[in-house]
Amino acid sequence: MKRSSLAQKIINAPYILWAALFVIAPLIMVLYYALTDSTGAFSLDSVKQIGDYGGTFILSISYGAVATLISLVIAYPFAYFLAHTKANFQRMSVMLVMLPMWMSFLIRTYSWITILGESGVINSALGKIGIGPLPLLNNGGAVILGMVYNFLPYMILPLYTIMAKMDVRLIEAAQDLGCGKLQVIRKVVFPLSVPGIASGITMVFVPCVSTFYITQKLGGGQVNLIGDVIEAQFQTANNYNLGAALSLVLMVMILICLGVLNYFTDSDDEVNGGVLV
Amino acid sequence: MKKIICILLALVLVIAVFATGCAENETEETEEEAEEEIFSAETLEYYAGLGLEGTTLNVYNWGEYIDDEEIDVISQFERLTGCEVNYTTFESNENMYSKLSGGGVSYDIIIPSDYMIERLIKEGMLVELDYDNIPNYDKYFDKEDYGYFVDDEINGHTIEDYGIIYNVGTTILIYNTDYIKEKPDSWSILWDEQYKGKVLMFNNPRDSFAIAQAMLGQDFNSESIEDWDAAANLLLEQRQKVKPTYVMDEIFNLMESGDYYLGVYYAGDFELMKSDLEEKGKDFLDYAFPKEGVNTFYDAMCIPNSTQNKKGAEAFINFMLEPEVALANAEYIYYATANKAVIENEDYSLAESEAVYPPEELIANAQQFHDISSENLQYMSTLWMKVKGTSGSGVLYIVFFSCIAAVVVVIIITALKKKRMKKYYNI
Repeated sequence: MKRSSLAQKIINAPYILWAALFVIAPLIMVLYYALTDSTGAFSLDSVKQIGDYGGTFILSISYGAVATLISLVIAYPFAYFLAHTKANFQRMSVMLVMLPMWMSFLIRTYSWITILGESGVINSALGKIGIGPLPLLNNGGAVILGMVYNFLPYMILPLYTIMAKMDVRLIEAAQDLGCGKLQVIRKVVFPLSVPGIASGITMVFVPCVSTFYITQKLGGGQVNLIGDVIEAQFQTANNYNLGAALSLVLMVMILICLGVLNYFTDSDDEVNGGVLV
Repeated sequence: MKKIICILLALVLVIAVFATGCAENETEETEEEAEEEIFSAETLEYYAGLGLEGTTLNVYNWGEYIDDEEIDVISQFERLTGCEVNYTTFESNENMYSKLSGGGVSYDIIIPSDYMIERLIKEGMLVELDYDNIPNYDKYFDKEDYGYFVDDEINGHTIEDYGIIYNVGTTILIYNTDYIKEKPDSWSILWDEQYKGKVLMFNNPRDSFAIAQAMLGQDFNSESIEDWDAAANLLLEQRQKVKPTYVMDEIFNLMESGDYYLGVYYAGDFELMKSDLEEKGKDFLDYAFPKEGVNTFYDAMCIPNSTQNKKGAEAFINFMLEPEVALANAEYIYYATANKAVIENEDYSLAESEAVYPPEELIANAQQFHDISSENLQYMSTLWMKVKGTSGSGVLYIVFFSCIAAVVVVIIITALKKKRMKKYYNI
């Protein structure tokens, strides 16, 4: 390890200060609230109550996993084909992927209500050909749709980046050595894109598990995930201690999930970078 | 060439925006000039003479709970007093309480509801009003009809010492006449399986529990755990039977879309929905006061003890009681006002509405909310989480744990593979 020079230290200082104030300090506060009661005395009461929410945790992780999987299945082929088109087309497509993110996440989610509702766009179109109205809103499917819709760009972008940077010579070499199209994808493209997959999964899975806005608007209160429970503890129940304890457990669970993910992606010890834990 | 065209287009756009902006400004100015003074000379003089010039006032109110169209109350107050108003909004009493009790903020005016005011008084978070600075109270407040709300005593003081009622209201059952032909008379219609998926409930524990409590004939402020358990069971039964959608302000869009048959909300909002529909030439909503009883509530203007400008706050309360201001607010919010000058005003469009001003026999079993112990509050919110919690979890558990098992198996297999590979390369 080389010792960093003074200049480097100065350059790093703003971020270290930022991290201390807005990452480390809040984490310590979460820990403090989780392990105390409303009077501020040490207590494990909040931690003990967490058992009641086991089902909610499992439900959240399942929803997150399903939404992440769907995003991956949609994004992977898209990113692959996009990386092999003309540069101009690529630039435009990437911009189109990012375009929705220029608008507020809240408004985009809210507008799905009018699309999926019983007198919404889809159902009135279906009604004209004599189908429906179908119950598209206020169920688990609508929540998953909301998650996939909102977080899909975070899956596409890292996948696209890694595929666009992929060394074409490796693919050509595989072809020269007699690989078929599918074999190239399976043996060359896929292994090389693993870091992209890992960072995509991280960036989609984490916000999906902890979301509360999507479930409230598109789930109509039918789907209650851990984000909703935590939000309620802070906003309505005024029980910061339980809210903090739940957040802590959620963080630990996400960390475990990402640890498992890392385990898989680390299998080729040389491949590094990409995973954000 | 392309670049030049782009730049030109951008320029045109910018100029267009500026031009329309300027045009709007001009029309606004002329409108303002043409506007007649709505307040009397005495009123103008009174507020100008309060010496509030250069002070600031932090007002913390419910969303959509003050007129900002007809006369724009806040800017009128600023104009009359020269005091600068920072106006922020909250979406629930609990939300407001968390912010206020968390410290670090300072408000001069808050407008919470009944039970929350009691709690704030108990915890010493409000300051007493100086009625000498609020002369409009005696002139315009309808003490005959609404005085009973403020008679309760807490810590040896009445609520009147700390707050002045802004609006009053009740909860109400709203239904779609296209699908429900007969006026319902009971909350139990919300438990009717034939309306599965067509029911909107409060996404707020206290109001939802009140409906179940009314059906069970309980006191809304019960301190008995068994009562809360029974009410929670009833709500759970409703969730399983009719799968209600839990909403707050989204109810406006959802009820007006005609997709839902039944909803519960606050009485004034029913009139608001109805008038929204009228603008579109539709009329399919009606209301009922179920016989088991509704919740009557009031919101009152109070001054928290973090105030930095008590005199300004009292002037603001006084200003809110001015007949012109109160009328504009009442017409904007659609809730029942406690201001005599408005009720007696012939221009007031809601005076005849029985939804907003229900005769006593219609809301015979109505109950009020009071502050309940914090243990029970916490218990209620735990129960509420259970009511809204997971359903059909049996299958889910199986799927979840088989997934975990699969992951573990894959981990073991890859670990073994790795080991074998290592061995292979080592040799």
